[in-house]
Amino acid sequence: MAYAQANDTAHHDDHHDQPATGIKRWLFATNHKDIGTMYLVFSLIMFFIGGAMAMVIRAELFQPGLQLVDPVLFNQLTTNHALVMIFGAVMPAFVGLANWMIPMQIGAPDMALPRMNNFSFWILPFAFTLLLSTFLVPGGAAAGGWTLYPPLSLQTGDSFPMLIFAIHMMGISSIMGAINVIVTIMNMRAPGMNLLRMPLFTWSWLITAYLLIAVMPVLAGAVTMLLTDHFFGTSFFNAAGGGDPIMFEHIFWFFGHPEVYIMVLPAFGIISEILPTFSRKPLFGATSMIYAIASIAFLSFIVWGHHMFVDGMPLAAQLFYMMSTMLIAVPTGVKVFNWTATMWRGSLSFEPPMLFALAFLFLFSIGGFSGLMLAIVPADFQYNQTYFVVAHFHYVLVPGAIFGIMAGVYYWLPKWTGHMYNMTLAKAHFWLSAIFVNVLFFPQHFLGLAGMPRRIPDYAVQFTDWNMVSSIGGFFFGASQILFAIVVVQCARGGKKATSIVWEGTHPTGLEWTLPSPAPYHSFSTAPEIP
Amino acid sequence: MAQAHADADKYYIPHSSPWPIYGSITLFTLMSGAIATLDGWLPAYALIPGFVMLALLFVFWFHTVIAENQAGIYNMAVDRSFRMGMMWFIFSEVMFFAAFFGALFYARNFSVPWLAGDGVKIFSKLLLWNNYDGVWPTNGPGVVGGKADGTFEIVPALGLPALNTAILLTSSVTVTIAHHALLTGHRGRLKIFLALTFLLGFTFVGFQAFEYHEAYTELGLRLGTGIYGSTFFMLTGFHGMHVTVGAIMLTVIWFRVMKGHFTPKRHFGFEAVAWYWHFVDVVWLGLFTFVYWL
Repeated sequence: MAYAQANDTAHHDDHHDQPATGIKRWLFATNHKDIGTMYLVFSLIMFFIGGAMAMVIRAELFQPGLQLVDPVLFNQLTTNHALVMIFGAVMPAFVGLANWMIPMQIGAPDMALPRMNNFSFWILPFAFTLLLSTFLVPGGAAAGGWTLYPPLSLQTGDSFPMLIFAIHMMGISSIMGAINVIVTIMNMRAPGMNLLRMPLFTWSWLITAYLLIAVMPVLAGAVTMLLTDHFFGTSFFNAAGGGDPIMFEHIFWFFGHPEVYIMVLPAFGIISEILPTFSRKPLFGATSMIYAIASIAFLSFIVWGHHMFVDGMPLAAQLFYMMSTMLIAVPTGVKVFNWTATMWRGSLSFEPPMLFALAFLFLFSIGGFSGLMLAIVPADFQYNQTYFVVAHFHYVLVPGAIFGIMAGVYYWLPKWTGHMYNMTLAKAHFWLSAIFVNVLFFPQHFLGLAGMPRRIPDYAVQFTDWNMVSSIGGFFFGASQILFAIVVVQCARGGKKATSIVWEGTHPTGLEWTLPSPAPYHSFSTAPEIP
Repeated sequence: MAQAHADADKYYIPHSSPWPIYGSITLFTLMSGAIATLDGWLPAYALIPGFVMLALLFVFWFHTVIAENQAGIYNMAVDRSFRMGMMWFIFSEVMFFAAFFGALFYARNFSVPWLAGDGVKIFSKLLLWNNYDGVWPTNGPGVVGGKADGTFEIVPALGLPALNTAILLTSSVTVTIAHHALLTGHRGRLKIFLALTFLLGFTFVGFQAFEYHEAYTELGLRLGTGIYGSTFFMLTGFHGMHVTVGAIMLTVIWFRVMKGHFTPKRHFGFEAVAWYWHFVDVVWLGLFTFVYWL
């Protein structure tokens, strides 16, 4: 079957093949590349806003005592740092990459539902306007942690409904984005692009989209119950009325644990594209990689209780959640093994995407190992609510998800812009990031094991040294991200022309490399031949 | 989308569309109105602009899509995209209801028995709620809401709810008959049975409203009547909203049928609404079983 842009025909040889000009191109966009670009730019802005909050947090924690912010504002910052980074930075970045790459990787002209695609993007700026303006209303922003546990979260001031509705909007956006991804992959593949030939990034997104559709509505339900408990007198989380605050944690983490994988599975996909390219070898065990992702996704639905071990759970439930959580190490181990085996005796070169992919491999594994430690019930009793947990999830999210995104951007940026970027600057960005992310987060393991609780603006003096080290790492890590913005902007504005294969001397697989750089406005007007 | 052409060989991609950004502004307006109302900044009139914009959004957006469809620019691949999109949307709705069913099951199997001192929770009973026996239906050990004396009655399953079950099940049959009539080209039968379907739907909503009125004024069963009232009204309320939306969708489809839309081969709009209708039907069966009956 031939695919085509609606306007892409001989008898309509007017300007419609070109993007619209001015602001309309972005407001009324239906093109997957334009929408992908908006997602990525939005995510970068949110990354810096969330990052600025983190800088204040680290500055406050530089030494004991209260220096910069009062405890209430500190709690507001930790809460909103998480919400902004998760829903504003990481998830939209992956959706942006999906928008750019999935049609190109499966040989489609665009996403399957272009209007809905634009709708799901444009909800986000409004949702985050709501979320960020919670700082300005009486009572201030939510300060009970991003997990919004009642009864604490119910004590939020006037910003409470703003927070809830912002989350509803983010959920609507995510669900529409995910539906679009699934429909695109299931319906828009070029003839011959059967499922097992699909690139790993597309595969990882197919499974991620399924997770999103399954759990975002559950989050919507949970925050709706919070809203009615707060305003309409329901008793879902009120023991006096027969409800239970712990019930919120169950519903929340039924969403929350798959959410963790939503934020890292696409990164798995990106790494699985990059390592073979710069190892000049095919991906080791490609099919087992797909099964591993699917297994991780399945397991993610039955492990949520490991977030609640100290809540007073029956012993049998603790054992079940401990075992099922540790089981996730098996498919994850398959992936790490396959990535390593892909590089084995490969002809490696170290361009920026490869550097980030390698850092991902090592540092994500550290986050995975600390996750295994946390899965063990008796050990978790000690680690719970300490900086060890903070160190763990930042290891999987920063050198995991964020490095995965950066690897992906550095890998495909020349394909998008048609220009090579400044390799020296990009490598500088990598080395600064990779070094200081460890300076930032590794000491937090020590702090947590020594007993420093999370979510506090002040601490006992014996924790000072490692907090200072961590803060210094944080400032340098934050500052080095400015390099990333510079590299991207420079590359968008010009530079050495990129070839269609971009990475000369490698043999990257995937249909996107058969297109010229920059890729044409409409990726595949007619379905390509699958070799 | 006037520049679109009727080449059904190509996958149709609209050139540009104002409705998504308008939709986002609509959502923002709606949410802002709700926030202002809940926080008491503005009276409930603040909700009106959002709802008006929402109604217009549906009219504009669907008008565009229906016009494109009637112009024949959607090929089978586009049709498949719509079908898949609708299925996954319904799946997301199923998960939304699953959260509330989960709350119901959790309350009945865990939180209420625990509050009544089940197993190792005996100390919470001894120390906190000594007289609480935890029998479902309950408004909790703190006797939250209900009539003046704290008691409340429930809606018996074998009254209006059973009738409503019969109504929804019948409407599922009528919509299927309408579908078969559409497939076999019997337009007259299609019109009658589709009209019957949405009339049954609105009847259901009417009975539900009557039942709510009874519950609030006679039975002491309100949204704030402990965990029973919370789960009862949130589950049946969200379901009732979905039935209302579904019945409106059926009405729109009926008007399209009257205008001569849909062919035996191409009628995605009809099928999407029929699927949605079966979905609200299945949810109701769950509600009838676990909320009213058991």
